Amino acid sequence: MTPVKLDLSPLRRAAAWHWAEYAFWLLPLVAYFVFPKNLALLSQIAITALFCLSLDLILGYAGIVSLGHAAFFGLGAYAAGLMAKYGWGDPLLGLAGAALAAAAAGFLTSFLVLRGADLTRLMVTLGVSMMLYEAANKLTDFTGGVDGLQGVDIQPVLGMFSFDLYGKTAYWYSVAVLFLMFWVARRLVHSPFGLSLRGIRQNVGRMPAIGAPVNARLVAAYTIGAAYAGVAGALLTQTTQFVSLDVMAFSRSAELLLILVLGGTGSLYGALIGTMVFMAAHHFLSDINPQYWQFWLGAALVLIVLFARDGIMGLLRKLSAPARTPS
Amino acid sequence: MTIIFDGLAAGMLLFLISVGLSVTLGLMNFVNLAHGAFAMLGGYTCALLLSRLGVPFLLAAPAAAATAALAGIILERTLYRRLYAATHLDQVLFSIGLIFMSISTAHYFFGATQQAFVLPDFLKGQINLPGLDVGIYRLFLIVVGLILAVGLQWMVSHTRFGAELRAAVDNPRAARGLGINVDRVFTLAFALGSGLAGLGGALGIEMLGLDPGFPVKYIVYFLIVVAVGGSGNIKGSLLASLMLGLFDVAGKYYLPQVGAFVIYAVMVVMLIVRPQGLFGRAAAK
Repeated sequence: MTPVKLDLSPLRRAAAWHWAEYAFWLLPLVAYFVFPKNLALLSQIAITALFCLSLDLILGYAGIVSLGHAAFFGLGAYAAGLMAKYGWGDPLLGLAGAALAAAAAGFLTSFLVLRGADLTRLMVTLGVSMMLYEAANKLTDFTGGVDGLQGVDIQPVLGMFSFDLYGKTAYWYSVAVLFLMFWVARRLVHSPFGLSLRGIRQNVGRMPAIGAPVNARLVAAYTIGAAYAGVAGALLTQTTQFVSLDVMAFSRSAELLLILVLGGTGSLYGALIGTMVFMAAHHFLSDINPQYWQFWLGAALVLIVLFARDGIMGLLRKLSAPARTPS
Repeated sequence: MTIIFDGLAAGMLLFLISVGLSVTLGLMNFVNLAHGAFAMLGGYTCALLLSRLGVPFLLAAPAAAATAALAGIILERTLYRRLYAATHLDQVLFSIGLIFMSISTAHYFFGATQQAFVLPDFLKGQINLPGLDVGIYRLFLIVVGLILAVGLQWMVSHTRFGAELRAAVDNPRAARGLGINVDRVFTLAFALGSGLAGLGGALGIEMLGLDPGFPVKYIVYFLIVVAVGGSGNIKGSLLASLMLGLFDVAGKYYLPQVGAFVIYAVMVVMLIVRPQGLFGRAAAK
């Protein structure tokens, strides 16, 4: 009996870092020196990018549609905020706590989400996030309700870098966390686990036949996605030292979906680029008129769905396709 | 008793708005989250006709329904139609886009404040029975709701259009083969759904209020009705709406701390236990 030889080289090649990726990660460095006045906005971009990455993991890779992803973001935000308020102000500890809290919630709700098809999933995720929103709204003693959670006191990162007024620490801290989490996610989606998720998305029926436990994989993916969202929420809390109720709002989930679709689902860089484009556009256009911005946001969404379903990454791929050999 | 009555009235109102969604989401299988936008359009039409032009209420409400239906036809012909075959996610994204656009448009023209709304005199006031205060307007809502429920049920099960609609939904290809103009049937059904939303929006200003946030504020309620009532099931939608109205009013009265929490919990449990809805038939596809 000869052992089966699999040619894994295409997968290895896909898993290796492309030169454009190295170039991409120079951007945060460049941005720091080019826009020193906008560090707060840049930190926001990094945080939203991480949040978007988390949705990409569950939607783009595992194919689980969610209308309530902000629930985990909000859980993480409140977890980190409450920890800091009651004495555990170490930022890294806060991140871990937020990740745990969100992952636990993700794990528990994943069983609800697994039941039923797309439509049921949409409504269950929406329902769960609305429940959490109401809970946060009503537990005013605990969360501050509509007024937001005050008195969040964050200690210096690693005991050395305290959060300064200019947002320098906040910026580097957010970017570092984003990069680390991205690196892990990148390893993850190129691992056999990540490939099996892609297989599940493409053909649920066949995956059990090649020995992939579909439900267990989806539960794992959903839990990981929730943990990522929790970390993003915690970052927001720690860099702004405040938690407002709208971290859990429906509009945040909807906006996130838009960002991801704009960038392109099923591609980690799609999530990052989508966030950059969206946040930059938001920054410049909503200065002109907030209502105007929301209108064009809606219009953009409609147009993307009708004409450019693969988002920015789809366009980039189309542009770069002739240069590559057909595979 | 008064709580039960108010709950029934709220439920009836909910039924008026969401029965339209039951047609588009339930029967046509299109996740139209922008349903509330049509209701809002109806609401604004009615409010403007009343306050600016002095049109009597009983004329303004049907006019609101007509406006929403017209908007429904135009949008269906130009946009919605392209997405019938798309995934649910695409439909959701698309309709969220429409929501954003409708909210900012309403904001632009009417401002962020609640619309003032004055009921005509004959619908004001209460009838006081022993142990029960009946608001005349609520009674009016219940009557209108019942009439519409019976009418719709009759239309779906007894008219030619109803039969064509069911056929077109169950199997568009076979329906087309039988000479049914499926596109036209879908357009009409969509117009019907949005028209009903418009009517509900117009009648609901008094109880739900009307401001640009309307489409998002009540979206969950509409979805619950369809989820619990089962797809395209008018009786189911009616019962689900009434239950929801009762729960909501009673919950707000007895347990104000808990607020809307109960409603969402009911919806999630419902979806888990019976994904096809309380009264739904098993999915046809």
